[in-house]
Amino acid sequence: MNKGIYRRRKAMNALGLALSGLSMAMGLAALTWILWTLFYNGLGAFSLDFFLKSTPAPGTEGGGLANAIVGSLMMVGFTTLISTPIGILAGIYLAEFGSRSRFGSITRFVTDIMLSAPSIVIGLFVYAVAVATVKHFSGWAGSLALCLIAVPVVVRTTENMLNLVPGSLREAAFALGAPRWKVSLAITLRAVRGGVITGVLLAVARIIGETAPLLFTALNNQFFNADMAKPMANLPVVIYNFAMSPYENWQQLAWGGAALIALIVLAINVAARVLFREKVQA
Amino acid sequence: MTDTTQSPAAASAMQVRDLSFYYGKFKGLKNVSLDIARNHVTAFIGPSGCGKSTLLRTFNRMFDLYPGQRAEGEILFNGRNILAPEQDVNLLRAKVGMVFQKPTPFPMTIFENIAFGVRLYESLSNSAMTERVEWALRKAALWDEVKDKLNQSGLSLSGGQQQRLCIARMVAVKPEVLLLDEPTSALDPISTAKVEELVNELKSDYTIAIVTHNMQQAARISDYTAYMYLGELIEFGETEQIFIKPRKQATEDYITGRFG
Repeated sequence: MNKGIYRRRKAMNALGLALSGLSMAMGLAALTWILWTLFYNGLGAFSLDFFLKSTPAPGTEGGGLANAIVGSLMMVGFTTLISTPIGILAGIYLAEFGSRSRFGSITRFVTDIMLSAPSIVIGLFVYAVAVATVKHFSGWAGSLALCLIAVPVVVRTTENMLNLVPGSLREAAFALGAPRWKVSLAITLRAVRGGVITGVLLAVARIIGETAPLLFTALNNQFFNADMAKPMANLPVVIYNFAMSPYENWQQLAWGGAALIALIVLAINVAARVLFREKVQA
Repeated sequence: MTDTTQSPAAASAMQVRDLSFYYGKFKGLKNVSLDIARNHVTAFIGPSGCGKSTLLRTFNRMFDLYPGQRAEGEILFNGRNILAPEQDVNLLRAKVGMVFQKPTPFPMTIFENIAFGVRLYESLSNSAMTERVEWALRKAALWDEVKDKLNQSGLSLSGGQQQRLCIARMVAVKPEVLLLDEPTSALDPISTAKVEELVNELKSDYTIAIVTHNMQQAARISDYTAYMYLGELIEFGETEQIFIKPRKQATEDYITGRFG
């Protein structure tokens, strides 16, 4: 036994451990710093007015983000309603029906491109097809842009989850004489429902903070508006506008909005983790 | 191949004629012919890769799920060639049930696990469905263990119970033929004994074909045994004859453990 080799291996191990520990500390420090700054500056803005009043006019005191919160929730809500069935069905197609077909592989390729498409490009595209053509900004246009970002996320997570289903479970369902669509919906999709819901939640977490696709689709609205056909206030764009403004109460509201988004995303991620754990158990 | 092909003395439920099977270019079965006796147990033995599971999976056309796999020849079931393209595979699989090596309970309650297959082809009232579920669970000797927890997940059962749940699920659809693909190889000895007893009871109502790695199991539970090797049917006959007085040296070598 050569002690030198063993000593060197131990030294390498200590070095590797130290380097990865340092990397982790740096990553964690950045995250803590961000969250701390956000909550330190933002949580103070939370008040009843923050949730109940709409964005203040320039130069006026007080105000809140009610219009932006409702606008964001409505657009994200409609986006979820529209993109969840489309994404899940497309995911089922890719995993269960078209896994080997040419159409399937093209769809998969396009989905991958969409996943990494810059969101400003998607915003511009929707501006061209859904804003410029009707000559006004609207919540629907904002939702459409968000859908284009959410659908690929749901498609790929659904497909990946379904691919985890063991072939034996699929065969067992076929062995009873079940048609393919029934096997897909009642057995395989059901077996990974936790993972699929996780994918939807992560898509929601992704789009709730998207600014670029809304900048020139939903635009913004100084007033409270629940009409999806009109320009709509939303948290990311309000944060963008208010943070750059000279008014102190606007800046304060921007911090509050940022903290609110961070809290929502945090909550969604925790929920997704809990659901995913259940999926693994099943 | 006629010297390896024998019809069992009993009436046959399925007649396999000159069956060849291809995984792409690889020939997994070579001109196999044999009869599966009605209301008897036919066991398939042989070393890994000999084609016994492949053969079983042609009886319900499970291979249809995978492009590139195809069968040539004929398998007659109720007088019709089930390999014919016009055969509806879903209807075939409702008549020819299958249980796999690993227990595969569906991610739903015990009750729903059994009702799922029944609902595919019958619309029963609630009470009739409850009766059917109990009947199937009794058939699979599982009723006493699960009657108080029908609403629990099928995944909550032990491995042996899960496998009997799968048998109940198959029986509930009221098939004619039961295909068992190494049904006990993932089970402990006690669960194995229960499944074997079950096979013995079920054969009065069903035609059973079982693939097994365990020769003692084949000897214990089957009436007819087929020994396969490299995709060929080497010898087929009454189990007693195969195990006590095999006609072929290759069969004897395998059974006595000198090979395989």
